[in-house]
Amino acid sequence: MADDTREGGERDQPAADEAALSARLQRLGERLGQRKAERPSDSEPGQRPTTDPSAIARGFRLSTELVAGVLVGAAIGWLIDRALGLSPWGMIVFLLLGFAAGVLNVMRAAGVIPGSNLDPPGSK
Amino acid sequence: MDPIHQFQITNIFTFGRIGGTELAFTNSAMFMLIALAIILALTLGATSARAIVPGRLQSIAEISYEFIAQTLRSTAGTEGMKFFPLVFSLFMFILVVNVIGLIPYAFTVTSHIIVTVALALLVFITVLVYGFWKNGLRFFKLFVPSGIPIYILPLVTFIEVLSFLSRPVSHSVRLFANMLAGHITLKVFAGFITMLGALGFVGWVGAVLPLGLTVALMALELLVAFLQAYVFAILTCIYLNDAIHPGH
Repeated sequence: MADDTREGGERDQPAADEAALSARLQRLGERLGQRKAERPSDSEPGQRPTTDPSAIARGFRLSTELVAGVLVGAAIGWLIDRALGLSPWGMIVFLLLGFAAGVLNVMRAAGVIPGSNLDPPGSK
Repeated sequence: MDPIHQFQITNIFTFGRIGGTELAFTNSAMFMLIALAIILALTLGATSARAIVPGRLQSIAEISYEFIAQTLRSTAGTEGMKFFPLVFSLFMFILVVNVIGLIPYAFTVTSHIIVTVALALLVFITVLVYGFWKNGLRFFKLFVPSGIPIYILPLVTFIEVLSFLSRPVSHSVRLFANMLAGHITLKVFAGFITMLGALGFVGWVGAVLPLGLTVALMALELLVAFLQAYVFAILTCIYLNDAIHPGH
């Protein structure tokens, strides 16, 4: 008799425990789900690390972008002048185009215009 | 006293010649090998224990892995992870080489433009080859922005091509110029100390100022050494992203 009740009690106890446990697990799952849903909004800036890894890194990026565009334009202009004997027209045209490319580089690096290289990968 | 002297390449030994050019093992090559040894010791040696709770060195290796993996994933997506070995190697090599260069009497490999151009061209050619291999002719969509009126499209496309061609230039010049300028500045300020010291007691008192500046510059250079490696790595990720997902 006593054994029976105790066994019954033991059987009930784990059942009740499991029910409580599964309820707690469910609540934990819901809370975790909420946290996960909140997280993307927290790490929204992290979605575009190219624009703000840290301000200094961005500053270093900007420093040479314009110069590089102008240099490449000048180099191509010089080569065309040399190869085709168009001097100074190749240099004039390509220096201006190179300047435009440099400005494009800078604007892209600064995130002013959404360039190809600033698109977050998931956005396509 | 010559602030440029530190960038001189000297032959340690010569192991042959091709035509009139001698193939020499230079101090630059030696410091590259030292950097390689340090990276190997850090990544292979420190992780050989494979402790679940990492020790100090293993933590450094794990943090640098996580750091680059996270940067690459957020910039180029999970597809970009196939380029992880490239980006990680570039980052670690530039970082270690930059930091070694800060040790007095050490040689800074990245202060020579030939080294940084080689690294930047490696990235540039990887982007070109992978871009064409994966996307074929659709890779050219990178140069043709959508939503542009047809009459200025040729001009805009041309500017985009120039912008693309200027990438390896800015990529390599940034690293090279920062390291070169930083080291020259350090040397010049350090030179002021001995110059003032030659004036006697008053000079030594005055030399406190450049000494303080040298210490401050050293801290700045340490930051720059890390940031330049980081900027190089993140730009590599951005360029690789263009090869993986071209088109606007």
